[in-house]
Amino acid sequence: MRVNLLLNLRALVGRAYPRIIGAQREPSWIFFETLLPLLTIAAYVYIYEYLGVPQFVGFVVLGGTMVAFWMNILWSMAAQFYWEKQIGNLQLYMMAPMSRMALLGGMAVGGAVMTSTRAVATLVLGVLIFRITLVVLDPLLLLAIFLTTLAALYGLGMIFASVYLLYGREAWHASNLLQEPVFLVSGFYFPLKTFVTRLGAGGLWVAAGASIIPMTLGLDAMRQLLFPELLAYGLLRPDIELLILLILAPVFIYLARISLAYLERLGKEQGRLTLRHQ
Amino acid sequence: MEAAIATRNLTRVFGGKRRRLQRKREPSEKRVVALDSVNLEIPHGELFGLLGPNGAGKTTLIKILATLLLPTSGEAYVAGYDVAKDPFPIRKRINMVTGGETSGYGLLTTRENVWMFSQFYGMPSRQVKKVIDLLAEEFDLQERMDAKVRTLSTGERQKMNMIRGFVTDPEIIFLDEPTLGLDVTAARSIRGFIKKWIQEQKGRTVLLTTHDMMEADELCDRIAIIDRGRILACDSPEGLKRLIKKDVTLKIETDRLKDTSVFRSIPGVRNFAVSENPKGRSMTTTFILEDDAPIADIMSEVLRQGSRVHSLKKTEPTLEEVFISLVGRGLD
Ligand SMILES: Nc1ncnc2c1ncn2[C@@H]1O[C@H](COP(=O)(O)OP(=O)(O)O)[C@@H](O)[C@H]1O
Ligand SMILES: [Mg+2]
Repeated sequence: MRVNLLLNLRALVGRAYPRIIGAQREPSWIFFETLLPLLTIAAYVYIYEYLGVPQFVGFVVLGGTMVAFWMNILWSMAAQFYWEKQIGNLQLYMMAPMSRMALLGGMAVGGAVMTSTRAVATLVLGVLIFRITLVVLDPLLLLAIFLTTLAALYGLGMIFASVYLLYGREAWHASNLLQEPVFLVSGFYFPLKTFVTRLGAGGLWVAAGASIIPMTLGLDAMRQLLFPELLAYGLLRPDIELLILLILAPVFIYLARISLAYLERLGKEQGRLTLRHQ
Repeated sequence: MEAAIATRNLTRVFGGKRRRLQRKREPSEKRVVALDSVNLEIPHGELFGLLGPNGAGKTTLIKILATLLLPTSGEAYVAGYDVAKDPFPIRKRINMVTGGETSGYGLLTTRENVWMFSQFYGMPSRQVKKVIDLLAEEFDLQERMDAKVRTLSTGERQKMNMIRGFVTDPEIIFLDEPTLGLDVTAARSIRGFIKKWIQEQKGRTVLLTTHDMMEADELCDRIAIIDRGRILACDSPEGLKRLIKKDVTLKIETDRLKDTSVFRSIPGVRNFAVSENPKGRSMTTTFILEDDAPIADIMSEVLRQGSRVHSLKKTEPTLEEVFISLVGRGLD
């Protein structure tokens, strides 16, 4: 038991390593993953300023920063096993004695840490460039919400990774399909409550549906905690949002475990864990 | 003690029926019997070879033994454990290296890649470092250990793959055409290592697939000849050659012949295989004959087709002739 725990811990660190260390070796990330997102953010900032509601600028900077995590989920969690299968890593992962959760966990921890460095860089630049004041009244709650959001978000990413296990290029299309719609329904660039004020009861359902994606509630809660003057735009109270996220995280991680076990079995039956010519 | 590897009527079928989670419109694949009732027993300590042409089922067998694919029917045991029911204890004891493998991450160095894969087996990092240094020396790769993997040449890359496979000190290792596409020196280095590794410690087992006769002959204690999912013969290289010891093996080089199937009807011809020569328009036909008698008939058939004979020689039986006599064609 202890031996297996140690094995799986090492496996998790091993799998996270290329994401944390390897990914920093390519300096082009500063351009692609820090400066480019700022351009989109700038567009929204100018719109809000033009409309005379500059108080929303901070809102948008935070949302635009968090986009990085969703991109990471789509391209480095969901679509990941597709690439791994192509280069021949997947079969080596699957024949190793590690738990599949160590593999998914390593991808998740590595992805979360790597993306956090990018997000922090974008956020710092955004705050400096657009002269935003953040008021941190409850740093502990903020940290708890951020970490729980990541846990739930990467739990969802783990489900995606396993569901995509047997797909080929379709994985790529599916990820593309999940990109823009989620930008919209998760309210990366506007308050989530807009759905409710604009669409009434129907909007509430949209918001509730979007809350399956943990970034939605996490972002809503973090905004309330960082921009107290906009508290009225929050969907639910931050502590309630935290509670929901605390439930989502373990549920997602558990579901990822079952679905990967099921799909791995199916893959072994159908010969789809490996490519034919490997 | 039980065998390192054992299979019982092991059968694997691909395609034939529509798969779960497959889209409806996609036509179901043609049914292929990749392994057909394979029975093998490989004791601990053996360097066992699977020799067969492309598509024979070698990789399929290895994937099943490596717990990556389930049998359609029959059973397979590795280190005494059932591959279908008990994969985890197997996984702790095995590893696998495939020819032309492109695994790992290009941004990591050779050393980091090997280390990463060793972590999936739970090895302590300090121990890994020692073993990596030893193996790097064996493969003469010390200088490239801290280079990024994407800068490695094909040969260097395959040496890294070998280090990755052996670093975990497996009881049983699967080597699927490990020298495929390598230059002579790199291939020799890899073959030399395999031989040394198995002699170094009692009980280590290697299952090697190849379609290189010389490699099989040089390395293996025993060889199974496999074609279309079936084991046609299984013996030591010498034992296999004895199968055709009484036969006459004959190679003739001629102009390209229009019809070779007629050779089949000449009495005394057990089997033959044709290979086109890369240069010019000649071809070489290798015959396995019961005795010298059919040679005259063969010659007159060649002449009847208006072809010239460039050369004719009787040869010592090698594995190639054994293969031809069993399979009725060459390996490539
Ligand atoms: N995943 C798969 N799906 C369908 N057919 C497959 C698959 N893998 C292998 N095959 C088929 O099974 C047969 C044996 O293949 P393989 O084991 O790769 O042969 P070898 O390694 O001896 O060249 C071939 O006809 C091949 O096309
Ligand atoms: Mg093969």
